[in-house]
Amino acid sequence: MKKILNVLFLTLLFSCTSEDTSSNPEDDDFDRQAMLVNLTDNIILPSFYDLEEKLNGLKNNLDSFSEKLDLTSLTSLRDSFFEAYRSWQHVEMFNIGKAEEIYYPQKMNIYPSNVSRIHLNMIKVDLDLDSGQNEYSAQGFPALDYMLFGLGENDNEILLTYSNQNNNSLAYLKILVNKMISNTSTVIEDWKINRTEFVNSFGNNSSSSLNMLVNDYVYYYEKGLRTNKFGIPAGRWALKRPQNVEAFYAKNLSKILAIEALKACNNFFIGKCNISNNIKGESFKSYLDFLEGQNLLSNSILDAFRSANTKMQSLDDNFSAIVENDNLKLLEVFQELQEGVVLLKTDMISMMDISVDYMDADGD
Amino acid sequence: MNINSLKHYINSKTSSSPLVIFRISFGLLIFFSIIRFWSNGWIKSLYLDPVFHFSYLGFSWVKPVGNYTYLIFLLCILSSLGFALGYKYKLSSIVLFLSFTYIELMDKTTYLNHYYLISILAFMLIFLPAANYFSIDSLRNNKDKLIPRWSVDSIKVMLCIVYFYAGFAKINSDWLIDAQPLKIWLQGSYDIPLIGELLQKKWVHYIMSWGGMLYDCLIPFLLYIKRTRWFAFLLVVIFHVLTKVLFPAIGMFPYIMIVSCFIFFNYSYHDQIILFLRRLVNKTRLYKNLKKRVEKPKILNHSRNSMYLIAGFLLLQILIPLRYKLYPGELFWTEQGYRFSWRVMLVEKRGHTDFRIINSDDNQEFYVNNEDFLTPFQEKQMSFQPDFIVEFAQFLGDYYTEKGLNNVEVYVDAFATLNGRKSERLIDPKINLYGIKNSILHKDWINPYPHEINKL
Repeated sequence: MKKILNVLFLTLLFSCTSEDTSSNPEDDDFDRQAMLVNLTDNIILPSFYDLEEKLNGLKNNLDSFSEKLDLTSLTSLRDSFFEAYRSWQHVEMFNIGKAEEIYYPQKMNIYPSNVSRIHLNMIKVDLDLDSGQNEYSAQGFPALDYMLFGLGENDNEILLTYSNQNNNSLAYLKILVNKMISNTSTVIEDWKINRTEFVNSFGNNSSSSLNMLVNDYVYYYEKGLRTNKFGIPAGRWALKRPQNVEAFYAKNLSKILAIEALKACNNFFIGKCNISNNIKGESFKSYLDFLEGQNLLSNSILDAFRSANTKMQSLDDNFSAIVENDNLKLLEVFQELQEGVVLLKTDMISMMDISVDYMDADGD
Repeated sequence: MNINSLKHYINSKTSSSPLVIFRISFGLLIFFSIIRFWSNGWIKSLYLDPVFHFSYLGFSWVKPVGNYTYLIFLLCILSSLGFALGYKYKLSSIVLFLSFTYIELMDKTTYLNHYYLISILAFMLIFLPAANYFSIDSLRNNKDKLIPRWSVDSIKVMLCIVYFYAGFAKINSDWLIDAQPLKIWLQGSYDIPLIGELLQKKWVHYIMSWGGMLYDCLIPFLLYIKRTRWFAFLLVVIFHVLTKVLFPAIGMFPYIMIVSCFIFFNYSYHDQIILFLRRLVNKTRLYKNLKKRVEKPKILNHSRNSMYLIAGFLLLQILIPLRYKLYPGELFWTEQGYRFSWRVMLVEKRGHTDFRIINSDDNQEFYVNNEDFLTPFQEKQMSFQPDFIVEFAQFLGDYYTEKGLNNVEVYVDAFATLNGRKSERLIDPKINLYGIKNSILHKDWINPYPHEINKL
């Protein structure tokens, strides 16, 4: 017995120092840094650049609109709002670094918007949109949604409001767009500066890039997509709230935005760039396949995304109308998304051995 | 063993120095553990910040007491010091056991096997003559070095129980055939310098799994047999240092085991340490002053009753880990009879649990935001442990009833993954958890696990 143990002990000791040369190292290890590089350079940064571009387009159309307050320029303005809002769906999940520090996602997309606060802000002399969380719902896309679609009963009324020299709607609209652009620039600058540090932090601890990215991704899928876009309006957390859908005033955008958000989750999972539409490197999917030694889990996750997408596609455009008339349909999508939540939050996080409690308490 | 040899054993004496060294090192380890716990801010984050605490069945009255909780920790620190120094030993050991155990009972979210081990050893040491030599209590009475042999042996037996059951639990198909959960954890330890890459390899997962099982099963014997003792102790050190390197979050456990296992050595080694320590303290002025002031202690009388009590307690420790046999279903899934059994690092589990509240007023079903009541750590632990889930469900039932809802019912959608298998539904979603009585009886509302894990 002692001999066996000696051998065992020596193997244990030896295994700590010797390199295994017999097998192909590529099959035996996974380059987590390469995954971070791919996700950062081919998804995160291009998505932010795309948003920046779309926001600048929005600003240009806003300039044209302020020069010529007619339906044509309002329509182009709305179109560019829609383009930017779609682009936003691809970055909301990256609540990391500067974004987290300046409450970027909150300032960009807390809905429903707070209409009375928006009107209060229009006439405020010392307006400061960074003054606290009360301001979150008076800015960003939901506020733009109200300003572009909800300021009057119909297009004419909205145009009239803007032409009325006595109110400050146009000025506030400009403030909002400029604020969104400056917040986005701040976040992008931070990414540029810290990009190298970010991709080098591929360790496995609660503050490493990899852990934060996984946690943020799962959090977004659960809260940003499942809870906010479907669960809360459909009354999963309280009574039904038709006014809580995303893009409530635009009416026909909720579905497209939700589908875009799901696409963002899917693309990020497989490492696919939304702009160039191809897969350039390692991703959560390839990482899971390495860890599992097969692709059962990643296929289940992709299946869950797929069936959620199918269910979403069958919905009408206007979610708040669905909540009022056919709420079960939304709950069905919620249920489909729930499958993904379970797979990401339990199976994926478990297999990646990611800590989720943000504290380093002891375990055994 | 016949009656005579048993009688002979009961009456036989041995040097108290192994127990003395154990007392000193054990007391100091607790002392530093609690200080570390405090300075990490865990008293606040684990006991004061949460609005809800998970209790052990029958111990729901043990709760943090606001800022006075710090006093309990202070009491524990002071008593551990008194314990280590052998100052008013009886009182110190009782206070140490009570304060430490109270802390552990406050919230079962923080349950760790080695905390349980500390409570157990502290309890046993109340009844063992660990301070009648080389202690403040015995300053004027240093001659009584001999103590009953069983008192030293009882600690050894307890340590053997720990190791043996830890090894016994590893004899299961997940551990030995799939190398789980070590595969997941070792792959996740890729960032450890030098060996990170190696830990990705399959054969390493198997060597570690089998090595760990053999280590736990055999180490009691290797420590017991004189010829293999040094080798065994070397293994103890290597094994536990390795676990500390691989799993830094394992906390104080490795140190506790390394220090404890030293008790297996012959008293002559302990004598040498005591001699060294004595030279150290003899030089200090404090010691000389102290020696004059301490009154002659009463000779501690360790009655037969202590021995019967310890014997009964050890028997209980042998039986408790076997209670899982009384429950149907997959142990790793239901966790019925899982705790207090030295099942160390045996499962990788994650869960996701949503609570649905229904009331008769509007029949509107709604979900609960778990984070409104639980810290991320609590939510994580709750999500895959049925006894946590039912406790939280009943808390929510009470909460919403108090808020004025009528006929509240609580249902859960709970899913968990176990040792890398695809997640499954953990709890029957059609059972109103607010309507059942939580007890030690079999929880038939846990969904049966569709996979089989073979075990002893």
